[in-house]
Amino acid sequence: MTFLAQDPTLADFGRDPWWLVLGKVVFAFAFGLVATLLGVWFERRVVGFMQVRPGPNQVGPFGLLQTLADGLKMAFKEDILPKAADKVVYFFAPVISVVCAVTALSVIPFGPMVSIFGHRTPLQVTDVPVAVLLVLACSSMAVYGVVLAGWASGSTYPLLGGLRSGAQLISYEIALGLSVVAVFMTAGTMSTSGIVAEQGAGTQLSVFGTEIPAPGWYAILLFPSFVIFFISIVGETNRAPFDLPEAESELVAGFMTEYSSLKFALIMLSEYVAMVTMSAFTVTLFLGGWRAPWPITIWEGANSGWWPLLWFFGKVVALVFVFVWLRGTLPRMRYDQFMRLGWKVLLPINLVWLLVLGGLRSIEDWDTRSKLIAVGIPAGILLLATLFWPSRRPEPKPTVQEQVDNRPQGSFPLPPMDLQVPPSPRTRRVVAEREPANIAAAPDSQEV
Amino acid sequence: MTTSTLLAAAGEVSGGEEVTFWILAPLALLGAIGMIAARNAVHSALWLVLTMLCLGVFYVLQAGPFIGMVQIIVYTGAIMMLFLFVLMLVGRDASDSLIETLRGQRVAAIVLGLGFAGLVGGGLWRGLQGSAAVGLEQANAEGNVQGIARLLFTKYVLAFELTSALLITAAVGAMVLAHIERRKEDRMDQIATMKARFAPGNYPGPKPGPGVFATSSSVATPARLPDGRLTDRGTSDILPVRELTAQETSLKGTDK
Repeated sequence: MTFLAQDPTLADFGRDPWWLVLGKVVFAFAFGLVATLLGVWFERRVVGFMQVRPGPNQVGPFGLLQTLADGLKMAFKEDILPKAADKVVYFFAPVISVVCAVTALSVIPFGPMVSIFGHRTPLQVTDVPVAVLLVLACSSMAVYGVVLAGWASGSTYPLLGGLRSGAQLISYEIALGLSVVAVFMTAGTMSTSGIVAEQGAGTQLSVFGTEIPAPGWYAILLFPSFVIFFISIVGETNRAPFDLPEAESELVAGFMTEYSSLKFALIMLSEYVAMVTMSAFTVTLFLGGWRAPWPITIWEGANSGWWPLLWFFGKVVALVFVFVWLRGTLPRMRYDQFMRLGWKVLLPINLVWLLVLGGLRSIEDWDTRSKLIAVGIPAGILLLATLFWPSRRPEPKPTVQEQVDNRPQGSFPLPPMDLQVPPSPRTRRVVAEREPANIAAAPDSQEV
Repeated sequence: MTTSTLLAAAGEVSGGEEVTFWILAPLALLGAIGMIAARNAVHSALWLVLTMLCLGVFYVLQAGPFIGMVQIIVYTGAIMMLFLFVLMLVGRDASDSLIETLRGQRVAAIVLGLGFAGLVGGGLWRGLQGSAAVGLEQANAEGNVQGIARLLFTKYVLAFELTSALLITAAVGAMVLAHIERRKEDRMDQIATMKARFAPGNYPGPKPGPGVFATSSSVATPARLPDGRLTDRGTSDILPVRELTAQETSLKGTDK
């Protein structure tokens, strides 16, 4: 395979002239902003489609400029500073959120080595040996934005929302960090470009004479980690069904209740940038990064030049769609259910999976017979344990009639089982007499 | 933050490293001073966060990217966050009072603090003067993370495990002290609660509010059931139920 030479290594970073570094930084920042503008529009259109209504379609073609109009409107609104607010912290909290969300984009690989004005350079702002930890550090610092926004507002609902959200983010960060460990174990590196390169090296399957590369995506190889990781990032970005920090039915709007105008716009911006950043992070860690999926790789040049940008953006948009899909489908979880899911389900499953993965990796170079023994004995014990585990036989469930008969004396009265409510004699059946409409039907072209 | 900076050879200080140091060192000091000087406890914690962040970047600069990131994730992201939690639950208006309980305490603290810092700084400066750091190249030969992992899981594995056992003991101890475990049979799920609600002898409707059908709007007034009996189900457990005297039930003369 010739295109493997396109993979940047750590040594390829830090050699750019200053204008190239500046250009890359501006590109990553602009990517975050544009993704927010389009992301809000995308979300509203998709949710609208799922709820059988048009969504924003008036401003600009397909309503594309709706978010821009909303942003302008927000900028001209009055900036309200609550009397009890801690002024400095109140101002800095949304800034912290935005900075953390955007900074994480700097280690996301957008593409392979390309040539820009004669310079061979990777399409990535920078890469460090601990790039994945950098993203985790950014997301752990983003908690400050939320908690401080809640505290500095100086009122009750924001404080409760902020604290609740802080607890949520910290809990899900643990599950997030643990699911990334499996990727480290398999890839053997923490640099994002290295992880993308490792996912490209899949084995070849030969089916009817055609070479089909077996997917090296960690989403398939490390499926449990992928599922836990995705659940965790939904919790980490405060998206439905885990949008408890701003649960409007119980906390008004949570930590952002007191925010208005541009500061509110900043909070909203940081949420959407975080969603896009986390999608890009998932694509990098589990979905092969900028590498094209199988049918496209038949074409030799799919993984070189500027084409990988397209595959990368396609994967990110697909993941953002999943975020929106979740929001359009699932109701919000209750807080205790949510915490139980994080601590009592995701965390233990993750630990057991890491143990299994570590075991599998340590027997990798054994011969087949020892391998079979090493896998077979624990599997057999597990099978026997599940077979002979003492199970309590459930008692036969009494029928409704039996339950009603067994009620003790003096119970609250129940209506008879075969109760039929007769129509009230006071209601009269009213039938509306309507004249036939004879207006010529106009073409219903304009949707409002 | 390039690879060459990360793996900087000991002894040489690159230009970027120097610039970063001179920007961040004053910030770190400012954070330390701010932490002491801030009146509000939450502001204090935030100043400390600034210092910790600067320290994290210093570690990265000193060719220890892993420890730098861990400093930010664990100390700044988790431990300081828990501190903030406690401070916020205490209340946002809790600031230190500036009244000295011991006379001369503040002057003594400043003098002793400066003296201690001078002693430590002077000792370190004299001890390290003229000595060149060696061994960084070898330590980072196969990568920083791999080097730390090799040391942690071979040479220092016992100390590492002991530390984690200590931390887990502390966490479990705190949980045992603070956690109230309800017995399994005492726990009622939703079905059991519903059955108990409709059990004979229990009135399934909502509890009467305080003062319902009563002669006073005080929360201490027992409610009257629709059939005229008094009930104490509407009042809080800590309030004794009593009949009001005629003087208490009469109008206070405040309303026209």
